[in-house]
Amino acid sequence: MAKLNNIFQNPKKDFSILIGGAAGEGSRASGIVIAKIFSELGYRVYIYQDYPSLIKGGHNFSQIRVSQKEVLAPTKKINFLLALDKRTIEGHKKELTKDGIILYNSDELTEKYQGIGIPIETITQEEKGLPIMKNSALVGALVKIMGIDWPVVEKVFQERFHQSASVNLKIAKRGFNAAPNLFKIKKTGQKALPLFTGNETLSLGAVAAGLDFYLSYPMTPATGILHFLSNNQKKFKIKVVQLENEIGIINAALGAAFAGARTMVGTSGGGFALMTEGISLASQSEIPIVIVESQRMSPATGVPTYNGQGDLLFTLTAGHGDIVKFVIAPGDAQEAYFWAGKILNLSWQYQTPAILLIDKLISESIFSFDQNIFGQVKYEAPLLWDKKGKYFRYQETKNGISPLAFPGEKNVVVKSNSYEHDEFGLTVEDKEKVEKMQNKRLKKFQAMRKEVEKLEAVKVYGKKTAKKAIITWGSTKGPTKEVAEKLGFKMIQPIVLEPFPAKQMKRALQGIEKIALIEMNGLSQMEKLLNCYGIKVAKKILKYDGQPFFPEEIEEKLKNF
Amino acid sequence: MNLDTYAEKTWCPGCGNFAILESFKRAIASLIKEGVAKEKIVVVSDIGCNSKIVDYLDLNSFSALHGRAIASAEGIKLANPDLKVIVFIGDGGCYNEGISHFIHAAKRNIDITVLVLNNSNFALTTGQFTATSPYGFKGPSTPEGNIESPLNPLKLALASQATFIARGYALKIKHLENLIIQAINHQGFSFVDVLMPCLSFFDQTLFYNQNIYEIKEKNLTSQKEALKKIEEWDYNNLTENQKIPIGIFYKIQKPTYEERMK
Repeated sequence: MAKLNNIFQNPKKDFSILIGGAAGEGSRASGIVIAKIFSELGYRVYIYQDYPSLIKGGHNFSQIRVSQKEVLAPTKKINFLLALDKRTIEGHKKELTKDGIILYNSDELTEKYQGIGIPIETITQEEKGLPIMKNSALVGALVKIMGIDWPVVEKVFQERFHQSASVNLKIAKRGFNAAPNLFKIKKTGQKALPLFTGNETLSLGAVAAGLDFYLSYPMTPATGILHFLSNNQKKFKIKVVQLENEIGIINAALGAAFAGARTMVGTSGGGFALMTEGISLASQSEIPIVIVESQRMSPATGVPTYNGQGDLLFTLTAGHGDIVKFVIAPGDAQEAYFWAGKILNLSWQYQTPAILLIDKLISESIFSFDQNIFGQVKYEAPLLWDKKGKYFRYQETKNGISPLAFPGEKNVVVKSNSYEHDEFGLTVEDKEKVEKMQNKRLKKFQAMRKEVEKLEAVKVYGKKTAKKAIITWGSTKGPTKEVAEKLGFKMIQPIVLEPFPAKQMKRALQGIEKIALIEMNGLSQMEKLLNCYGIKVAKKILKYDGQPFFPEEIEEKLKNF
Repeated sequence: MNLDTYAEKTWCPGCGNFAILESFKRAIASLIKEGVAKEKIVVVSDIGCNSKIVDYLDLNSFSALHGRAIASAEGIKLANPDLKVIVFIGDGGCYNEGISHFIHAAKRNIDITVLVLNNSNFALTTGQFTATSPYGFKGPSTPEGNIESPLNPLKLALASQATFIARGYALKIKHLENLIIQAINHQGFSFVDVLMPCLSFFDQTLFYNQNIYEIKEKNLTSQKEALKKIEEWDYNNLTENQKIPIGIFYKIQKPTYEERMK
């Protein structure tokens, strides 16, 4: 245990706990409880949620990574394995560090394992708990091993379980009593941070920027947004609806935005494919709309509950016709909050479709969330009509942005048109008028390009003076950043992908002699985008098996870079 | 009241859409007279000959994508329930491309009005068969005749729980005007299937003029009675003597989707 003990003495080290069982056994909820206990002690946590596309049975697990500093990725190796069933042990024991500890359900598993068996089912029965509460016995045992003070456990259980807290605590206490104490984990002295998924933080960001209306058809991994906003619609003073399909969703959303509601929709690749006709309409009719596209392993139905970044090129080109839209890919929950707010404001300022491109690892992973960011997002007003003279929905202006008015306003006729149109909004077909309106939109696209260069559209991490850089985007930021900092590379993360921040990218690449690219698709789609701007990649590290990138494997693959 | 715009009307000479435009303008003028604020009216169009109508109306309008006018209208209504939202859509848009939106909007009883300008063919793409084209209909994609039987959209509306179901005829301008007023005044999902001949591709003027009759509207809350009336005509034109009822078939009061959302 000496090495394990070292983890707790050395603030630079962190550790991982994996808890697993069949779907419906409650391992996910217990993962959150464990993470909350460490949060209470001032640690930063990250939970990777792994589950197949089924409701009961199978094998679910959560990996809880705990550190004194920010963590944004799961690790390949785990230090503690909490097993509700045999499948969890058999599937994960090879990931356990040499000195790792298994805490297991000894009612089901009679073999001897490297660790401590707890009769969690017997305990739960004796304490008259529901079968799902057996998790708490494992949590109690873990807490004892680590020497965590009992009041912390009590506090977290009370907050998490409400009425059933007392039974769960009794069960946890029995697990606690059944395990030895091996270390003493200390408080970090840092403030406890709340835990949120990226789906939740992006929802909060959009609400902070004045979201009025969210429409969605359920699709993993974006469904969490629908649930979170539905459950909070009164509190946030917004409307939330689920309609018949994604085509209905996008077209209703555009109607709502036309009527003045700041509107967002959410889906994954398959649903996004159905929505693409709406992107074209939004661009032509100049209607603001934010689409959250949370990628999963595609093509087609793919691997619904696992990760991928294979929709990048599709998102960039989605929508028929000459279209420039905003495509923004935040890399973690913090960025999801900020950019969800920003993109809602941008879509209204430029009256354009805008896509927040994320993936399962941002949507469903749970992050320690620093609420200091709350002040950074607010409602930014779009250009509104000054109520003078006759209203022209598509009025010619210097930058191509026409003032907005909404149906219901007195003395105003607002005409939105999917056909090419004149300034008032009536259909036109003659060449001068067609070209004129195309030119108006082209001017607006130019303004959007300029706007992007004013934003912090490209982030740089790691060793700023390094001659070698790693480029990555989206959730792959997490594991890559860790490795870049450790090995002394520069890491460049383009966040705004369309309009592409070419100038900022050029600045970030100054003095760089060699570039490695890391992303989660097989065709290195980001490379194709970079190539458009003359950026050549020397090495590609691609992963496309649905699993997250682990820092260890990136480090291994960058050994000879 | 002048509801015209400066747009040049591009329908074929003698098109039934001219008559429908007239009925609609009269209906709107009468509603405005009764106190409906003009700025609260939004017309939503689909794609097709019928949908050109929004360009000819000096009213708030949203020209949607093909088949999606009902979905966009729902969004407008949900964002601002004070608006009176009226959809113009063709049989192709409503019963082919966008049929799911029609069914679900009716099921929700969202307070919008859907006017289906039904000429039983895709006219703007030169006359292919739609869901309401009769069996045997000859178009450029069915030179040997349509091998599908037509859909009865009123029956579908009834099954989808629409709370106002009516049928009008383009060439009965006063009758249609009255139907439109009642449909817009109805609290909930109101649907009027407006039969219209297409002079260029499917001229049923004679067939309609001979067979259409106005129903005596009574017992409008009975589904059974409504179904009986609805089944008098199946949208085929195989026999010359065919009774085609027009008027209101069904009308009930039910909480709207927006009311239930509160």
